[in-house]
Amino acid sequence: MSEATNSQLADQVHPPYLQHHFAEPVQQFEAAKIGMWLFLVTEILLFGGLFVGFAVMHSRYPEAFASAHHHLDRALGALNTVVLLVSSFTMALAVAAARAGKRRALIGCLVLTLTLAGVFLVVKYFEYSHKFHEGLLPGRFYSYKGPSVPGEFMFFSFYFLMTGLHALHVLAGMTAISWLIWRARRGDFSAQYYNPVDLVGLYWHLVDMIWIYLFPLLYLIR
Amino acid sequence: MQKIEEFGARRGEVPPNYLTASRGWRSWIFTLDHKRIGVMYLWSVLAAFLLGGIFAMLVRLELLSPGKTLMEADQYNRAFTLHGAIMIFLFIIPAIPASLGNFALPIMLGAKDVAFPRLNLASYWIYVIGASMALASMFFGGVDTGWTFYTPYSTATTGPVSLLTLAAFVLGFSSIFTGINFIATIHKLRAPGMSWFKMPLFAWALYATSIIQILATPVLGITLLLIVMERAFRVGIFDPALGGDPVLFQHFFWFYSHPAVYIMILPAMGIISEVIPAFSRKTIFGYKAIAYSSVAIAFISFLVWGHHMFTSGQSPLASAVFSFLTFLVAIPSAIKVFNWVATMYRGSIDLKAPMLYGIMFLLLFAIGGLTGLFLGALSVDVHLHDTYFVVAHFHFVMMGGVTIAFLAGLHYWWPKMFGRLYSEKWARVAALLIFVGFNVTFLPQFLMGSRGMPRRYYNYVAEFQPLHTVSTIGSWILAVGLFLVAAYLLASLRKAPDAPANPWDARGLEWTTPSPPPVHNFDTTPVVTRGPYDYRPQEVVA
Repeated sequence: MSEATNSQLADQVHPPYLQHHFAEPVQQFEAAKIGMWLFLVTEILLFGGLFVGFAVMHSRYPEAFASAHHHLDRALGALNTVVLLVSSFTMALAVAAARAGKRRALIGCLVLTLTLAGVFLVVKYFEYSHKFHEGLLPGRFYSYKGPSVPGEFMFFSFYFLMTGLHALHVLAGMTAISWLIWRARRGDFSAQYYNPVDLVGLYWHLVDMIWIYLFPLLYLIR
Repeated sequence: MQKIEEFGARRGEVPPNYLTASRGWRSWIFTLDHKRIGVMYLWSVLAAFLLGGIFAMLVRLELLSPGKTLMEADQYNRAFTLHGAIMIFLFIIPAIPASLGNFALPIMLGAKDVAFPRLNLASYWIYVIGASMALASMFFGGVDTGWTFYTPYSTATTGPVSLLTLAAFVLGFSSIFTGINFIATIHKLRAPGMSWFKMPLFAWALYATSIIQILATPVLGITLLLIVMERAFRVGIFDPALGGDPVLFQHFFWFYSHPAVYIMILPAMGIISEVIPAFSRKTIFGYKAIAYSSVAIAFISFLVWGHHMFTSGQSPLASAVFSFLTFLVAIPSAIKVFNWVATMYRGSIDLKAPMLYGIMFLLLFAIGGLTGLFLGALSVDVHLHDTYFVVAHFHFVMMGGVTIAFLAGLHYWWPKMFGRLYSEKWARVAALLIFVGFNVTFLPQFLMGSRGMPRRYYNYVAEFQPLHTVSTIGSWILAVGLFLVAAYLLASLRKAPDAPANPWDARGLEWTTPSPPPVHNFDTTPVVTRGPYDYRPQEVVA
């Protein structure tokens, strides 16, 4: 049998998106899902350290934390919560479009998600620059001149660490979504193969979910 | 016994294996083959072991006599920090899973590769980046905090602490990627017929290890990042001067670093579970008990971190609970040891090199494990905390346990990895030297510790000198033994391939494929019908 017929035969059994060490697409898809879920677990534990640290310091300086959170703008925080929730919805629509093999709808939903992520970061930028202006900064850079309770800088240490780490994850998500758009335009995805869309979707929902916890914790505590 | 393949008789006729299938440095650094990645990891961790060992020798040499022997006090602090950091983060954590595990696990499961080969390669190169950062910190003046980076000293001292902590942070990714890969591989890539309870126990051990790697490493990651933030921005979380809490750092650090010692020991136990039945010619005793005890150890490992803080002002109630939970770890550990011993009972024991290290492991790990109970007991720990007793206990488990098991695994799979048999005669000599050297080095440290010699001290009172001197001399014997291992293993690579597919007549799937294996591990996907330790005579079964 010649080389060419061999590879044609292999293509029928082994579609191009199927890596050589998997026997069938389902196996590859399930393995990738396990991997992604495990990665999400590590993300939760990464943030978990900060949540525990926040809880410990909050219990130690309750007045300072309660007083410091008044400096945050609830309206902007709420706006960003809505923005991220909607972006999760458009991401879910993107996965559904991918599963149905609708390429234009997939690209449209991904672009929408990317735009909403950008809106989130722009709002965050305005919030940050306001804090910078007031001197509400972490640690040694804290230079707020107005009335304050001792220990407020600790709240801002956590505020910037937690929202900063979250913003980095938003950026990573935007990179991943851009990569999906590029691949979708190239025509890589089909109803049979859309694993990356599904996996990035899972990641994006996690980024959203972490914010769902950060918003009440930082903006709404008493 | 399978017929020995006639390697090298006529080079052209030898079917290519994973080492010879492609050539050139590109075929290595971009390889997606788990076997090649395992081999690259192997050379890397061995280089780290050599470097960490050099620092160990320097530390022991300095302690030969009180006062200055070789270096100044601050140089000594840097030497023991580098010894600890290199041995922990660059050697012991990746040693077994990432090198031997990477090589052997997919073959033992009958798979062509790990689930995510690209992630596997990324893990290796992230390891290289992290290792380079750690080494760079050495050239920027060195770090003197000890590998534990305790605050507030680590946030106040000068030197490239941030670089070394970031190195450990980066190395964490490499560890997590390996863990994710192994769990997905074990779930999804087992050969037809290989049910969970037909898996080799090494796979069970790596599964339990991976769970810890995934759940614990991110917490270390954020802790180390907080140290960097503390040094860069004085965020105040761990700094008592700013109202922070240094004991909180200890909690965070040990929430990772205690489970991390099980990241090290569990794969070692997995190797012992392979070696002991193979060289006792017997089915393993208590397969399920050993498998479940790995998972049990992984679970309990997350609940014992507080035993590092018995003297740090932790509440007595918390300490009592942590002490109780610490004792619980002894149960699954002892289950394993009893099962290994029961496997050997009335077996036909063959004292080949892997088995010598297997037996050595049983003896040394038993001492290491039992002395852990002393340290887990609240009242005793107040006396022994931060003494050489802790150093000796830790080295009995990590060196006597993990490293000896690593050597057992290295000798067990060496013919599979490189297709060469090493000299059994020299292997015996080296094993004896290592056993004697190890005990001469570390047994005196138990005595010193119980008499009050503090760990990490540069200077000591004259009454400790005889024991310190004996310990230092022991370290020389140990070093000679280890160099001997390096010598005969490297020498074996210089001769023509001579290893048969199954030099030990062992039963795992990895022994059914040629040594070294072909690129895709098996010519046809194996179908598993028998357990992994079925050492009944083959004809009877067939």
